Amino acid sequence: MSAHQDHSAHGADHHDQDHHDDHMHADHGTFKSYVIGFLLAVILTVIPFWLVMGHVFSKSSTTGIVLLALAAVQVVVHMIYFLHMNTKSEGGWSMLALIFTGMMVFIMLSGSLWVMYHLNHNMMPGVMSETVPESIPALPDSNKMP
Amino acid sequence: MSNTTTSPVGALNAAPSSRYYVKEHHPENGTLLGFWIYLMSDCLIFACLFATYAVLGRNYAGGPSGAQVFELPVVALNTSLLLLSSITYGFAMLEMQKKQVRNTMLWLAVTGILGACFIGFELSEFAHLIAEGNGPQRSGFLTSFFSLVGTHGLHVTFGIVWLITLMFQLGKHGVTPENKRRLMCLSMFWHFLDVVWIGVFTFVYLMGVLP
Amino acid sequence: MFDHIDLIKLIFGRLTWEAIPYHEPILIMTFIGVAFGGAAVLGAITYFRLWTYLWREWFTSIDHKKIGVMYVILGLVMLLRGFADALMMRAQQALAFGDSAGFLPPHHYDQVFTAHGVIMIFFVAMPLVTGLMNFVVPLQIGARDVAFPFLNNFSFWMTAFGGGLVMVSLFVGEFARTGWLAYPPLSGILASPDVGVDYYIWSLQIAGVGTLLSGINLIATIVKMRAPGMSMMKMPVFTWTALCTNILIVAAFPVLTAVLAMLGLDRMVGTNFFTNDMGGNAMMYVNLIWIWGHPEVYILILPAFGIFSEVVSTFCSKRLFGYTSMVYATVVITILSYLVWLHHFFTMGSGASVNSFFGITTMIISIPTGAKIFNWLFTMYRGRIRFELPMLWTIGFMITFVIGGMTGVLLAVPPADFVLHNSLFLIAHFHNVIIGGVVFGMFAGINFWFPKAFGYKLDTFWGKCSFWFWTIGFYVAFMPLYVLGLMGITRRLSHFDDPSLQIWFQIAAFGAVLIALGIGCFIIQLVVSFLRRESLRDTTGDPWGGRTLEWSTSSPPPVYNFAFTPKVYDTDAWADMKSNGYQRPLDGFVPIHMPKNTGAGFIIAAFSAVVGFALIWQMWLVVGAGFVGMLAAVIIHTFNYNRDFYIPAGDVVRTENERTRLLESHV
Repeated sequence: MSAHQDHSAHGADHHDQDHHDDHMHADHGTFKSYVIGFLLAVILTVIPFWLVMGHVFSKSSTTGIVLLALAAVQVVVHMIYFLHMNTKSEGGWSMLALIFTGMMVFIMLSGSLWVMYHLNHNMMPGVMSETVPESIPALPDSNKMP
Repeated sequence: MSNTTTSPVGALNAAPSSRYYVKEHHPENGTLLGFWIYLMSDCLIFACLFATYAVLGRNYAGGPSGAQVFELPVVALNTSLLLLSSITYGFAMLEMQKKQVRNTMLWLAVTGILGACFIGFELSEFAHLIAEGNGPQRSGFLTSFFSLVGTHGLHVTFGIVWLITLMFQLGKHGVTPENKRRLMCLSMFWHFLDVVWIGVFTFVYLMGVLP
Repeated sequence: MFDHIDLIKLIFGRLTWEAIPYHEPILIMTFIGVAFGGAAVLGAITYFRLWTYLWREWFTSIDHKKIGVMYVILGLVMLLRGFADALMMRAQQALAFGDSAGFLPPHHYDQVFTAHGVIMIFFVAMPLVTGLMNFVVPLQIGARDVAFPFLNNFSFWMTAFGGGLVMVSLFVGEFARTGWLAYPPLSGILASPDVGVDYYIWSLQIAGVGTLLSGINLIATIVKMRAPGMSMMKMPVFTWTALCTNILIVAAFPVLTAVLAMLGLDRMVGTNFFTNDMGGNAMMYVNLIWIWGHPEVYILILPAFGIFSEVVSTFCSKRLFGYTSMVYATVVITILSYLVWLHHFFTMGSGASVNSFFGITTMIISIPTGAKIFNWLFTMYRGRIRFELPMLWTIGFMITFVIGGMTGVLLAVPPADFVLHNSLFLIAHFHNVIIGGVVFGMFAGINFWFPKAFGYKLDTFWGKCSFWFWTIGFYVAFMPLYVLGLMGITRRLSHFDDPSLQIWFQIAAFGAVLIALGIGCFIIQLVVSFLRRESLRDTTGDPWGGRTLEWSTSSPPPVYNFAFTPKVYDTDAWADMKSNGYQRPLDGFVPIHMPKNTGAGFIIAAFSAVVGFALIWQMWLVVGAGFVGMLAAVIIHTFNYNRDFYIPAGDVVRTENERTRLLESHV
């Protein structure tokens, strides 16, 4: 019963490493997919540079929105063609981690911007006059305060 | 079958049910998932820096604005270098799949050189700004600019060091499962840095020169 | 030619003999005590020739069980330091009224409360939590170790050296005087030009790296290394809470790293992140640090919730009520904890719309926790409750934590918070939940899993003494603080003018003394249990009638945990196995693949501590050399491809036969 353990252990060692490699890296990309990704990325880079350097839109906000949208698309291109992101890798955990992180980044960025905008508006020098009320009500007797 | 007593020591025919155990279990290797999770955490560091840039990015403190100091042609050049290096790393990975050690190392070297050029241009940009008196201490805008772009550059530098180390290890051990894992981790790292750069050139440079 | 003075400055930076606090009698006395105690310990180790043993078996160990134990030891040792700070604060606040200035000048007092907070959160609570998760989770999921054993060792040493840096600040230089979160501009270079804040920054950065890597490690472990058949919804609840805790760690600690780096840059390089002028914004620091800070407190409490789930189901001999809702509650808490951070600075001025949003989310987040409490109560209902020590701590938790949680919901109302923010009410609230939740949870966990780790139970009598002193002491120490807070007393004050308040502080000080007795009883419990270990021996590996897989191993488990990986069919896998007539395999053992010990983690962490110390004192040459050394150590380690070995089948046979013998001799 216990005679052949050593062989099976060594065999299992090599076997399992290759075996794991095979079904872990299902998607490595091909020459074609890298080139497609590269070309898409180039297009998605040239356009924003052209938009800004060529002063294509008159309003900064329009340019800004278009730039961000193009950047978002390019991020997805990178994810798919270079990082081989899909719902299968690591049993779906990679995608889950990415989505969760995306959520966190969104909360952090939008939350910070929202909070800081309000804080700056209310508290930074130059706007104090807006926050001081016009009449200050009389304070209660403060003998009891330490 | 009795389920309260244990068999005498050494008895060969105790035959407890193997329903509740497996003889040999090899858990899947967690390196790639672990490294991906690390990259997610790195993403959050960059998010912090982006948030800071978003808040402080227009605080010029009487100093120059982005439009006044950013040289978009250089940024375009740097962007191309990094993008190219991404695809050359991809080629290295393709060679790795074919177990071609020499070609893998060749494409790795090209990637490393492109990365080094990227860093070189970035350093000269920084040096130029500092020499003009527009270093990170000048204003909130410049502080957040230098820290965000600088952190990205530090990551790229570390990636190059890692890449050189891996080339030595490839030369020494060839394309072993261990080295394959390491190359895949560096691959994820390298492409991730390019993704961050998309954010940098869009949000910092391009939107930074907009009025 | 060689400017001698410049060379000294290049090597030693701003470190001079003046850094040693000759003029502070309290510190001199402490140093003498520490020196004698330390010499005694080091001398004993040398005398008993234990250095080789310690290095080989513990310091270089990549065994998650040993690393877990080391984390817990670190946490308990730092508890003594952190609690000493607490005693000093209570004493000062009980004495310093009117003309009496107490015995701690503000300059010293400020360091005491800062160090107290930093140590308790980062070097007591975090290590205890991490240590228990490290020890228990691989055993609970039927694995032999964590996913990255070397990284585990490295993470421990980073945390330990971070704590070491804080301890060094006591005798070389000083610590921060800013409170445990070091808000700028007070923590900026202009208001705090001394080394204190630098000690703060670098000890936390170093420890933070350890924590982050540990988070990645445990997530990968839980995702990848569960026993066959253990789907996500069949995992033990403690493993679920460990998974969510580590997700929080991975998502929150990078923010701390980034913010502290920014503060460090402001101090060292003169950048303008948080300065008052030149375009900086100090409020951004508060915003970012609490984006980390709120998830941090959930990192502390979720493992405690997991412990309570295990304890309640074990000592009520009942399956946990509402497993699914427990899991969902934990996940909801994890996500919601990122949507409440602003409640820590309602008063900073973000206005009604922002404050309302965060006030509402804060109130919402209390709901899943409430669901958990009900689930525990429903588990206890109609169960056969055994009032062993872990159960006592759990009941203490349920009452105490709920009170603390309720005061939290009170504080969640922005107008109420405007009155109570930074008052002693706030102090009472968070100590209520941290002591009632985290500390009680740690004691429950330690008492619960101690037999598994060391092979014998902890003494019940001294454990009960410890429990009662802690519980009563907590209420006596902190209920007065609620009263004081409602009266309007601000936190972090070292002197008061109104003598009518003194009685409250004196009561609180007495409470602190009771807690000190509780800690003393715990230490006695450890000693007495060791001395009585044969009579407290756990021979079966399952002293409590446990329900999860760790109880299927011997106490302590063999280094490989499981000779054969278990197969799982249900939640409470061990309970399932026991009720279905499981028979332990007696032969057919195979060689087991295990990772090797290594000193690389210790060495790299030591280098990083040297770099940290050198950065604090601006010893630039040492910084450079240390950094190069660290990098070299890392690269050299990566060239080591020989990291594992096989335990021969014969060794496994011997170990398992030994266990068989032990089990039979006690049937």
